Amino acid sequence: MEIFSWLQYDFMKYAFLAVLIITPLFGLMGTMIVNRKMAFFSDALGHSALTGIAVGVVFGVENTNLSMVVFAIIFALLLNQISSRVAASTDTVISVFSSFSIALGLAILSRGGNFSRYSSILVGDILSITPEEILYLAFIFAVTFVFWLLGFNKLLAVSLNRTLAKSRRISAAWMENLFAVLTALIVMVSIKWVGILIINALLILPAASARNISEHMREYHFFSVLFSVFSGVLGLVVSYYVNVATGPAIVILASVIYFVTYVWGRKNNL
Amino acid sequence: MRKMIKPCGLHCIKVKHLGVELGQQIILEDINLHIHCGSLNAVVGRNGAGKSTLIRAILGEMAHTGTIEFKDRENGRIQKLKIGYVPQTLNIEKQTPVSVYDMIASYHSNVPVFLMKSRKMKEQILECLKIFEADNLLNQQVCNLSGGELQRVLLSMAIMDSPNLLLLDEPVSGIDQNGMELFYKTIYHLKEHYDLAIILISHDLDYVKRYADKVILLDKTILRQGTVKEVFESEAFAEVFQVRPKGSVRELGILSERLNSSGKDIDNFQQRKEER
Repeated sequence: MEIFSWLQYDFMKYAFLAVLIITPLFGLMGTMIVNRKMAFFSDALGHSALTGIAVGVVFGVENTNLSMVVFAIIFALLLNQISSRVAASTDTVISVFSSFSIALGLAILSRGGNFSRYSSILVGDILSITPEEILYLAFIFAVTFVFWLLGFNKLLAVSLNRTLAKSRRISAAWMENLFAVLTALIVMVSIKWVGILIINALLILPAASARNISEHMREYHFFSVLFSVFSGVLGLVVSYYVNVATGPAIVILASVIYFVTYVWGRKNNL
Repeated sequence: MRKMIKPCGLHCIKVKHLGVELGQQIILEDINLHIHCGSLNAVVGRNGAGKSTLIRAILGEMAHTGTIEFKDRENGRIQKLKIGYVPQTLNIEKQTPVSVYDMIASYHSNVPVFLMKSRKMKEQILECLKIFEADNLLNQQVCNLSGGELQRVLLSMAIMDSPNLLLLDEPVSGIDQNGMELFYKTIYHLKEHYDLAIILISHDLDYVKRYADKVILLDKTILRQGTVKEVFESEAFAEVFQVRPKGSVRELGILSERLNSSGKDIDNFQQRKEER
């Protein structure tokens, strides 16, 4: 069929599969990130990818993906710890760490003037994805979905009131750390294809749009996943025909959805 | 939810030598309490006296020294204490798509609320909401509830699995005078008809005077505890609230208003701190 002509290339098939796996995850995780006002947190996580790669380079790790993931997990847990202890506002603390980590990453990677080797990670390239990497994605998808099934209620409980959660014997620290680690994992496995600059938009926009028009959790998740998958797939196709980078195309579509839902929600008093 | 029964008066909760330290700072020390089922115990004290800390320590959210025991008075058997907690506020913004069902089910059910609504859970929740005439709120968004409505929903949630002890942080904002009256009447009703003990942090001495069975005056440690009369006429009370012993009702009114408004600031401040 003419409409699916873009699927005749293998790299497009892989990209399509990757988008189908990763966008529902963004939709799911986004709901909690927005609810918990963690937008800045996930943004900082994205930035820490550079440092992760840099650390890998310094220690001579062959697979910088690994050092990136490990660093991001440590970074996420550290941020969680510090923002719960330090008296300054969370925003400030995250900002300090985020700036430090990105500066460190840039400094190390730009030594000797070969930063251009790494600049692709800023914008990302979804067409470079390999079948093996799609398997990783599928694995993360399964883990996240199981976590969501078993832990979402507790996560919501903790976000509403920690002391109340405690009275129901729900461990706030555990849930928060697990969530942070999972967010770090997802951001790291998808950053190569989406790019540091816009990965946060994909986490935040679908959930923020869904929030505009939802009244309860089922609607919220349904719309968030729907918007995420829709803008992902359409963004991929549009980027193919218009010949622009895929990440930005997806983000533009997701933003348009946000504005439409915003107006629609205001009109209908949601 | 258990059927309404008269309090048996045979259970008691004993707090022995409870203390809380935060770093070098002693926040609570040597707290000894003896709480009977079917009694309404009001904790009063100036801001920063450790009232909220006491609740958080009893809930186990803050590490503490000393023990908390729940005993059957007849045979001295120690049982597991079930605690219901009613927070002052929730950490929820406008436009958050969390319905009353979502909220209660998230604390009480394992069926993921983002996927489906469990009919069994829904019926249980409705049953509890009915006690506080809040069953019409089941599908409302939590962030759109008025202060009084939210309080009733939180109360329903707290008594859902028949706690032995109910811990309440009295609301200081978003509830008008009628709402407060209703709140205290509801608490009183609970105490009379259910087999549980209530510990209430109160900022309103006027209501405490009218409804509490026992008053606990707190300032780092328990300065004085006993009946309303005993505590309100004590020297310690006069010192903390700077009234002459046997202060007139009018004075108390003014005082409680003052306490109320300063209480708001502190609690907002603490809420902000917790949000971080």
